[in-house]
Amino acid sequence: MENRQTQNRAQHNYEVLETYLTRPQNWWMYTLIVLVVALILAWSSGSIQFKGIATKGADVAKGIGWGLTHPNVDLLLGRIGEDTTVKTVSLFGRELLKISTEGVPYLLLQTIAIAVLGTLIGGLLAVPFSFLACDRIVPKWVAFLVRAFILMIRTIPSLVWALVWIRVTGPNAFCGVVTQSICSIGMISKMYITAIEDLDTRILESLDASGCSSFQKIRYGILPQIIPNFISTVIYRFDINVKDATTLGIVGAGGIGAPLIQCITSSRWGMVGSYLVGMVILMMVIEFCSTRIRKKLARG
Amino acid sequence: MKKKVRTMRTPLFDRIFKPKRITLPNGHTVLRPRSRQPLIWALLILAVAVSVSMTEFNPAILVARAHQFTVILAKIFHPDFSYWVKVVDPLLDTIKMSIIGSFLGATLALPFAVIASTNINKNGVSVGVLRLLLNIIRTLPTLVIAKIFALVFGLGTFAGTVAILVFTFGVISKMLYESIETIDMGAYEAMESAGASKFQAFWSSCFKQILPTYLSYCLYSLEMNIRAAAILGYVGAGGLGLLIDERIGWRDYNSLGMLLLMLFVVVLIIENVSQYLRKKLS
Repeated sequence: MENRQTQNRAQHNYEVLETYLTRPQNWWMYTLIVLVVALILAWSSGSIQFKGIATKGADVAKGIGWGLTHPNVDLLLGRIGEDTTVKTVSLFGRELLKISTEGVPYLLLQTIAIAVLGTLIGGLLAVPFSFLACDRIVPKWVAFLVRAFILMIRTIPSLVWALVWIRVTGPNAFCGVVTQSICSIGMISKMYITAIEDLDTRILESLDASGCSSFQKIRYGILPQIIPNFISTVIYRFDINVKDATTLGIVGAGGIGAPLIQCITSSRWGMVGSYLVGMVILMMVIEFCSTRIRKKLARG
Repeated sequence: MKKKVRTMRTPLFDRIFKPKRITLPNGHTVLRPRSRQPLIWALLILAVAVSVSMTEFNPAILVARAHQFTVILAKIFHPDFSYWVKVVDPLLDTIKMSIIGSFLGATLALPFAVIASTNINKNGVSVGVLRLLLNIIRTLPTLVIAKIFALVFGLGTFAGTVAILVFTFGVISKMLYESIETIDMGAYEAMESAGASKFQAFWSSCFKQILPTYLSYCLYSLEMNIRAAAILGYVGAGGLGLLIDERIGWRDYNSLGMLLLMLFVVVLIIENVSQYLRKKLS
């Protein structure tokens, strides 16, 4: 009896081994993939032309290291000195606080302000676009046209959008707001569309069956499904926009980018250090908060 | 070993705004927490009001100067088709920069992501320090990194490649350690208990689990990098951006339109190929 079991097992093991040995071997496909990838990499390695460190390169590297360890504290805390310009932030006609416009807190606050307004407006503008781009709601050709339009918005880099808007608004933070509201539409509506397409329509049928009006159907059938998704998307985009707002400053659209790049070019490392430190702290705080809020939204 | 028991504390909100007490018909009382919505709306309105004041938000300007809006856009949409000859080389440079930068960054990210995941590396301190470093790298905007490298290595594609490398490294290692933490650790533990070293165990049990995700992250960041690399030249790091900067300086928006059109075609092709490959991977 035991002998037979062992025999059976041996037979089984042999079969397993045999199937394993005769498994489909597409080694030639793997070789092909590796070859293609290697070719592409070899071609693109042409961009690595190391010409040694630039004459001032070592100084720059040293300077940034020094700046990060010795940030300009007055600037970082935005202390009001004798020769700083002071701006008062007013709220509903009343003075709220006074900060020096050169200090890091003011620039960071401005960066956040650009991102808040840009993301909110972008998020609102994206709602009609994404409903119009969904071929479950509108005719196919309308959806196609709207999608092409969204793609077009996405293709033009944000720097170019900023230039387009600067002609309208002049080089200030408002330009950053308008640019970000347009640039955000692309990504936000892409994610909105996915949320709309994933709608569970069986709920609508059951609401229909229990005699709900169309307003009630939207209020209790559609909105609870969509809203958390939309809010989560907007918060995610806010994260990205804060980072982008620093870049937009380079063409003069407000925020911390412009002074940072200027300081790097004119090698004022202490100031560079304080800008970088402020920026890194801000981004980390915002990312931490947004991840927590989005986790809460996802769990319901 | 004593296990820490975490009791549910009442959230701060409920301690300030006491829940409403409702008495049911059968005599029981239930607590109904106050709605958070008014607080959220108040905070949102406050944030918007401060932002409006900070950015000098003024829609009236938009209406008054709306005719200026189409000036540049109209020229961009009438591209100068003969300009393509000058675009080809920088465009190829941009593609090269982003491919090799993504590849090197992604390769470098692999070991760091493994060390930064809590289920493989049990040493909390080293994980914390490494994650902090990765976070700092990730929060720096690409353009600032590129500017610094352009100063250190001199103008040209090398600076751009290094900037993309650093950026990709930050993004991929974050996404990767998050997905390493969700893998099935059974096989890893079994191999370790059978006497395999940590590296052997990881290589043969975990690596195959994360490989498809890893490759798909690589392709995803390649997609993003092509867009990013196009504007890196704006701060002197080689590629299309140099040309964009130059054309904007000359106010030659027709050529800029041609340049953007070609960039659009390349981005479209690469995105579609990569999306096809990513679908195959999953």
